[in-house]
Amino acid sequence: MTCTQKPAAPTRRDILKSGAAMATLQLAPGVTLMAFGGSEAQAAADAGKRWGLLIDAGKCAEGCSACVTACADENGWKGKGDAERDAQWIRKVTLKNKATGRTSELPVMCQHCESPPCVDVCPTGASFKRKDGIVLVDKHICIGCRYCMMACPFKARSFVHEPVTNQKTHAPRGVGTVEGCTLCVHRIDAGRIPACVEACAATGNGAMVFGDLRDPESEISRRLAEYPSLTLRPDLDLNQGVRYAEI
Amino acid sequence: MAMEKTLYRELPTTGPLWAAAVLLGAFLLGGLAAFAYTHHHGHAVTGMTNQVVWGLPHVFAIFLIVSASGALNAASIASVFGHAPYKPIARLSAVLAMSLLVGGLAVLVLDLGRPDRLIVAMTRYNFSSIFAWNVLLYTGFLAVVAAYLFVQMSRVPYGWVRTVGTAAFLWRLALTTGTGSIFGWLVARPGYDAAIMAPLFIAMSFSFGLAVFILVLAALFRLSGRKIGRMMYRRLGGLLAIFAAAVLYFTAVQHLTALYAAEHAGIERFILRDGGIYTWLFWLVQVGIGGLAPIALIYLPRFGNSAAEPILASVLVIVGGLAQVYVIVVGGQAYPMELFPGYEASSPFFDGTVSAYAPSLTELGLGLGGVALALLAVGVAAKVLRVLPTNLMDANVPGND
Amino acid sequence: MRLVILITGLLLTALSPAWGQDAAWAPAVPKASGEPHPEGNAYMRRWHMSMMKHDRDLTMYDGERGVNASIGECFECHAVKDEAGQPVTVADERHFCRSCHDYAAVKVDCFDCHRSTPEGFEEPPHQASLGRGILPTLPYSAQMAQVLEYLRASPTVTAEARE
Repeated sequence: MTCTQKPAAPTRRDILKSGAAMATLQLAPGVTLMAFGGSEAQAAADAGKRWGLLIDAGKCAEGCSACVTACADENGWKGKGDAERDAQWIRKVTLKNKATGRTSELPVMCQHCESPPCVDVCPTGASFKRKDGIVLVDKHICIGCRYCMMACPFKARSFVHEPVTNQKTHAPRGVGTVEGCTLCVHRIDAGRIPACVEACAATGNGAMVFGDLRDPESEISRRLAEYPSLTLRPDLDLNQGVRYAEI
Repeated sequence: MAMEKTLYRELPTTGPLWAAAVLLGAFLLGGLAAFAYTHHHGHAVTGMTNQVVWGLPHVFAIFLIVSASGALNAASIASVFGHAPYKPIARLSAVLAMSLLVGGLAVLVLDLGRPDRLIVAMTRYNFSSIFAWNVLLYTGFLAVVAAYLFVQMSRVPYGWVRTVGTAAFLWRLALTTGTGSIFGWLVARPGYDAAIMAPLFIAMSFSFGLAVFILVLAALFRLSGRKIGRMMYRRLGGLLAIFAAAVLYFTAVQHLTALYAAEHAGIERFILRDGGIYTWLFWLVQVGIGGLAPIALIYLPRFGNSAAEPILASVLVIVGGLAQVYVIVVGGQAYPMELFPGYEASSPFFDGTVSAYAPSLTELGLGLGGVALALLAVGVAAKVLRVLPTNLMDANVPGND
Repeated sequence: MRLVILITGLLLTALSPAWGQDAAWAPAVPKASGEPHPEGNAYMRRWHMSMMKHDRDLTMYDGERGVNASIGECFECHAVKDEAGQPVTVADERHFCRSCHDYAAVKVDCFDCHRSTPEGFEEPPHQASLGRGILPTLPYSAQMAQVLEYLRASPTVTAEARE
């Protein structure tokens, strides 16, 4: 059999070389040319990193929901006022110690587990963990079965109950699929910090620290080494990327 | 007494048969309408929320899928365990098993957020997901039972029937184990996360599936003007009582085990004492109506031995079974997850509060549509295939002695 | 051999003058702003879906945001404006993607999740209230509408509108 010329499917090379506006970010996987000032982040997911959050409940102000508002604005999930069905990527939880009566507040969002139950149970593999530890939903193959919502111990995921419009370009979301905190992955890839952390810092409370858990020199690692902290549901041994202190 | 050979014949066309078909067709259309409505508007029009993510459609789907496995009881008893009196009803048993599974899967699939992506579920498997395994178990079950029906209906040596029947029997155990494990392997929620879910679901399948089988058998015979003997009813009824008792047993072990652990005291108090609708459903409907009542009906001698008894017992088992699946599926989600042991949690996202769930008419419509699909499929199969014997009077059933 | 024929056929389709100036039945592709694609229009028409799928996976799984074929940037140049000068959403049949996809009767579900207008534009809720159809976009009626439109319009106008 003779071979005729096949119309070449575009290779990654073609796509990379096409387009004047295209900036070459990588020479080879893992080798980054660009550096981002003021942050430990770099472009593209890096298997050498593990992004995490440290939330200091002692600094989380009562009644403040700057992180929640910032997340809703950044990712465009503001609901229609139906609290039971509106998406909730991040929420403020008020805790009262049953024994002592002491109250505290803290934000809860996707905990970006190292062994995420949502990824284990997802039948199609739509729930996945990026190599830098961020747990995401591939909405292109999510069939909307909601088994991940059954499996998540933190109620971190929401189901989109209605057709939506006016999504953010960087945060696509659509009816019939499941979604949750992305750790502002689009910002991280651009060398910025998550919107909630930025907003928390802007209030002056500074209750949230973002950084690379694998880098012993990062602020988050230094604080974790210095002060006591915990993960939610430690009995499940999921090794979350989100840690809490001073609950 | 001379015994006739068992003759299998297609259902004759009768008025009542057509009436039943039209009725089921109406429910099927209702189910499709419910699907179209929900799909158009999104799940906002259902009672399901971000707290109770699986609702009435899942109750129906799981009930039908579990029953599908149990509907195969009669066939398994005939070909695997060699009890001759069950042989005449083995074909219907296989047909019903397939139909119920298809009905249940239809409900499950049509309730997906993206039912248009069914092809994704069939082509991409995450093998660490029991859900993905179930997709294979379900489709495999259809294939194995279809083969089983084929060998039963063709002139092959009986050894074939036994071999394929045994494969089908093992497969159905795997299938129900898989279905139970959908809940049993959920570490997050206190109402689930228990290995006993698998055997509990197997017991449930034995009981619910047989109940559905008895009703379908009685209905098809009534609609086609054929007769069933008292012995057949007695036999099936006795078996149903044993299975209903097995469900009660596993339910008791499930809750006793959980009660022993302090960490599960909350969910147990919720289901068994303080849960309102769920407590009522558990004690009154699941245990009382669906467990104790049918057992009493079958076993207490003063109720006599009429044919109506196993039929009534079957209805009670099905009612109780739906309640049981509802308590497991919805009750298990309504009770809040304990993210912060030792603390009272509250939030705008309903942390620490029992979630409300009011099923909508669309969900009921979809669920009933699935039931109608299953029953219609059985009827059509019995109309075009020779699966039903012409006569199940005691004198015509083998091995009645 | 069949493969060869198929591929040749595809090649011919991709390069066929049906996409060019003189086919009266071709869809009216709205004019874009900005620089043309260096790959050329024929290449984009044939391969845009593969390019977007390829780059979407790079972005989603590997976090490479500098990719060329990202759906987010399509509407920087390919936004069709309505009478009021505002970009139309995919709910409008003049939308860039729909101009071809309706004609080809290929339903895309990109816009269940992605916005169909440039970032920053406030999309009216109208699109969402349309809900989701069970059936794919009605190919026949859409195609017929196109055909009728072409029959009515003069060929020179359509040729202009196309490029």
